[in-house]
Amino acid sequence: MKTIQVSVVTPDGPVFEGNARMVSAKAKSGELGILPGHIPLVAPLTISAVRVHEEDGKTHYVAVSGGFIEVRPEKVTILAESAEAASEIEVDRAKAAKERAEKRLAGSKQEDIDFARAELALKKALNRIDVATQK
Amino acid sequence: MALRDIKARIDSTKKTMQITKAMEMVSAAKLNRAEQNARSFGPYVDKIQEVVGSIASGSSSARHSMLISRPVKKTGYFVVTADRGLAGAYNSNILRHVYRTIQERHKSADEYALIVVGKVGVNFFKSRKMNILDSITGVADQPSFADIKAIASKAVSLYADGTFDELYMYYNHFVSAIQNDLTEKKLLPLTDLSSGKSKSSSYEYEPSEDEILEVLLPQYAESLIYGALLDAKAAEHASRMTAMKNATDNANELIGQLTLSFNRERQAAITQEITEIVGGVAALE
Repeated sequence: MKTIQVSVVTPDGPVFEGNARMVSAKAKSGELGILPGHIPLVAPLTISAVRVHEEDGKTHYVAVSGGFIEVRPEKVTILAESAEAASEIEVDRAKAAKERAEKRLAGSKQEDIDFARAELALKKALNRIDVATQK
Repeated sequence: MALRDIKARIDSTKKTMQITKAMEMVSAAKLNRAEQNARSFGPYVDKIQEVVGSIASGSSSARHSMLISRPVKKTGYFVVTADRGLAGAYNSNILRHVYRTIQERHKSADEYALIVVGKVGVNFFKSRKMNILDSITGVADQPSFADIKAIASKAVSLYADGTFDELYMYYNHFVSAIQNDLTEKKLLPLTDLSSGKSKSSSYEYEPSEDEILEVLLPQYAESLIYGALLDAKAAEHASRMTAMKNATDNANELIGQLTLSFNRERQAAITQEITEIVGGVAALE
């Protein structure tokens, strides 16, 4: 079966490298499923889970905080400011982050810049928890 | 100098040497880590550069405010210094250069704004009453992207909202353990994009080029800032290591000289004592 190379890269170094028969990711415009031989594509991602379906049927989950995906026929690269493979997520820490964000959301007024940031933090935390429990 | 004084100086110099030697080794270890960090950051920035380059060179229709030069009313300076001294000329080089540049380029304080990393830089500019927009101190020795995300995105958004119309970055570029070069880099607007190795693969853009640039360019600019910071950290550890090595060498030399004069002094005392005894005996006979 044809496979496609996948790498997830962050400023702190690569998070995931592997081969896959399919990669699915959630772009801003909707869900993307990428098979080997896809035409070159660039798309921004949402805060979501990237699913890498490997040849042997296993599926890897990687939590990404936005960023974008670059596709070439033989290679998929995801560039995100932060990303974590499901096995490396510390659920306790993610839960703590979620509570912090919720507290800030409850405390601040709607029009605050902090509000937007807290909301973003909450989304990231929820995403990490989701991904960690899915693995 | 009396014997006792010399001895005290030798002891204190030895203790100083122990400290500088320890600091040298600590910095060497940190330098190692910093180089590793810079290496693992490499693939990310290469890739992002490639994509940005291919979008920017591929289309003339895509125009983003971060790509267009506009008339300059105010200039931003992003200056990277250390939190501590004891690093040779690391901080003073950069501060002197920035200070001079600003004096040359600008007549009034309204024409520039500073974003400063590191305590040394903050104190320097504060004491000269210069306009600091934002600063960050206490950056970890091995900064992660999350640590500097806040100041990087602030710098980018200050450009986007028109607080300043161009942004320069000043930092020490790490060359080797004994050399670092003062670097001035024009960060915004992003100009030298297509000069990179663009393989000019024509991408499909989903949903559109403009919307991708909206996400991509700030991320790119932030990653450039982060890259500069990693580079500067490596240079800081390197120059601290060198400074401490020099201090250790100097201490060694000083101890050598002091030991020599200590021995000479001691010998002189002994000789004098013998002369006195011999003289005393001769007087009795």
